[in-house]
Amino acid sequence: MRRHLRKFCEIVAATLREIFDESAYARFLASKGLISSRAAYAEFLHETEHARARRPRCC
Amino acid sequence: MPKLVRTITWFAVAASGALAVSVIALRRGESINAMWLVVAAGCCYSLGYRFYSKFIATKVLLLDPLRATPAERLENGRDFVRTNKWVVFGHHFAAIAGPGPLVGPVLAAQFGYLPGTLWILAGAVFGGCVQDFVILLFSVRRDGKSLTEMAREEIGKVGGFIAYVSILGIIIILLGVAALIVVNALKGSPWGAFTIAMTIPIALLMGLYLRRIRPGKVLETSILGFVLVMLAIVSGQWVSQSPTWAHWFTYSATTLAIVIIVYGFAASALPVWLLLAPRDYLSTFVKLGVISLLAAGIILVRPQLHMPPLTRFIDGTGPVFAGSIFPFAFITIACGAISGFHSLISSGTTPKLIAHETETRMVGYGAMLAESMVAIMAMIAACTMQPGVYFAINSPAGVVGQAPEAAAATITRLGFPVTAANMAVLAHSVGEQTLYNRTGGAPAFAVGMAQIFARSLGGDAVLAIWYHFAIMFEALFILTVLDAGTRVGRFMLQDALGHVWKPLGRISWYPSILSTSALIVGAWGFFLWQGVKDPLGGINSLWPLFGIANQLLATVALCVATTIIIKMHRARYVMVTLLPLCILVSITFTASYHKIFDPNPRIGFLAHAKLLATQIAAAPKPAEIARLIFNDRLDAAVAGVLVCLVTLILIESLLEWSRVLSGKKEARVKEIPFVLSRFAEEEA
Repeated sequence: MRRHLRKFCEIVAATLREIFDESAYARFLASKGLISSRAAYAEFLHETEHARARRPRCC
Repeated sequence: MPKLVRTITWFAVAASGALAVSVIALRRGESINAMWLVVAAGCCYSLGYRFYSKFIATKVLLLDPLRATPAERLENGRDFVRTNKWVVFGHHFAAIAGPGPLVGPVLAAQFGYLPGTLWILAGAVFGGCVQDFVILLFSVRRDGKSLTEMAREEIGKVGGFIAYVSILGIIIILLGVAALIVVNALKGSPWGAFTIAMTIPIALLMGLYLRRIRPGKVLETSILGFVLVMLAIVSGQWVSQSPTWAHWFTYSATTLAIVIIVYGFAASALPVWLLLAPRDYLSTFVKLGVISLLAAGIILVRPQLHMPPLTRFIDGTGPVFAGSIFPFAFITIACGAISGFHSLISSGTTPKLIAHETETRMVGYGAMLAESMVAIMAMIAACTMQPGVYFAINSPAGVVGQAPEAAAATITRLGFPVTAANMAVLAHSVGEQTLYNRTGGAPAFAVGMAQIFARSLGGDAVLAIWYHFAIMFEALFILTVLDAGTRVGRFMLQDALGHVWKPLGRISWYPSILSTSALIVGAWGFFLWQGVKDPLGGINSLWPLFGIANQLLATVALCVATTIIIKMHRARYVMVTLLPLCILVSITFTASYHKIFDPNPRIGFLAHAKLLATQIAAAPKPAEIARLIFNDRLDAAVAGVLVCLVTLILIESLLEWSRVLSGKKEARVKEIPFVLSRFAEEEA
């Protein structure tokens, strides 16, 4: 039971991290070999700006 | 689980569903508990998912777990990323769930709870979920191509062009209607206006915090933003009670419309990270929380439905909007049953995250079921109110009268008793000066939701806080749709204008940004202004137009899906998409015909224009009447153009089907050839 609960919590956390682009940022840092910083985050925002701006939100 | 136990379990689910639907459909003259709706929905969705979606997956689409998805073949850590199916499910649900499934059922409740509920259940299981599922899979098999690209490749160039125009059209109408809902919810409400005004500096602060102080900590920033928004809601009460501050935040509908138009332009032109992205995060955070809270509240409170199953307004004489049960109940509820807009999401980000083809069933079909459940909850929130109160909130002054006593008397005469004194007490208890003529569905939903929340937590003492929490949540939702939609529309326009003159296609060139933003904002701003100035409240004409546009887009998506199924040599199962396509064509074409040509001026745009033309000579302000006539004719033209475009795509699709089925054209789908997944072994 505890194992299932822990797995559930992990999935919820992973979902939230994906929805809120934290996972995307982590992948960006890993692929570029960077550590999190203002400059790295600014670069991440710049790289993903067009994709993010084109993402529709449904009615 | 042994087969016998499984069989008995599914029989029990089917029997419970049948019992619940029977109670909803057959009980007359007494109120029923909302849990019957929840049980009916739960059982129908379970059966639909277990059996119908499995049938589609195995017999029609032939999902192949061994086939590599674009997330595997093209994995780049940015757009194409293999992602856990539950994470993709949450991501997809957060993108498709917007204000539509909340507002549509509230408006359709004027027919009673029965028609809307049945349409939500059947429409989702046999239409909306199927559309989302098949478009998602077809996009996965085409490296995440968009609906427009698939229409161009599979149907023809005309199909691609029509899909493009339909998408742009629906975005413009959607944004105009969405902005009108916010205006109607916030007009004359200093508390609501203050709270929503505060979300702009809060979003800007979040953007700066994310970029300068805690780079990348989005969840933490969203929680901080949420706490600030809650503080804004609580301080809104103080603002509304302060004579000085209340004056500063009390706006008329026209002032609010101007503010929202200016805001939309700014949101489109400002950098994404500064306003759009943090507001999107905040809105998603609040959205997921509120939907979970509402579900928990309904289960805890188990409220009674006071609205009858069917009202006398099924004949089309309803005060909320005019039009009979067919086709208007079906276009009023789009997002909870079938929404063309979802096909844009299903052929957007989501297909690039799918790790295994088989997961498209859970993500596409399953997430739409979850959205449909949200629509059921909205229907419950609307129908737990006393019907007289529901009609007093949702009816425009032009139909029931401006003065409270006159409006209450008109609604009582219609058979739904309500008194001006009751309405005054309710308005006071939710912290508003009045709740009359709050058309658009959002305030009625907020009252229903606040009553459910207050009964679960805090009682009547906190009803006002819950009401403004609900208003904030809806307005935040809608303003996020406005931000994102304006920008998406701007990019679409820039893409198209770039073919005419290259510099206009440069998305970072400021003259292009400003001119295309102005065009998009001007277009939806026109519809917003029209709605604000409409004596019938705007929703009567604009919401059906939005419903028609949205479902016409679903028609385009289902045409694409049917064409591909035929080309896949699965024509014997074509009814899976052809049946919802035929139903949608009959609904949208009938609705468009009524909206354009119906002789009743409350329904038909042209009849209304004709009526106004007879009054123009005697009118004190002829210019205003002339403007209303122009608006009616324009709305008729918009509905007509959309129908003509979709007729063209239907004809082109029919020709393509006939060429393929008669053997004149080779049945060849334009999907990426099969590549064996590297994870085939683990799948096996």
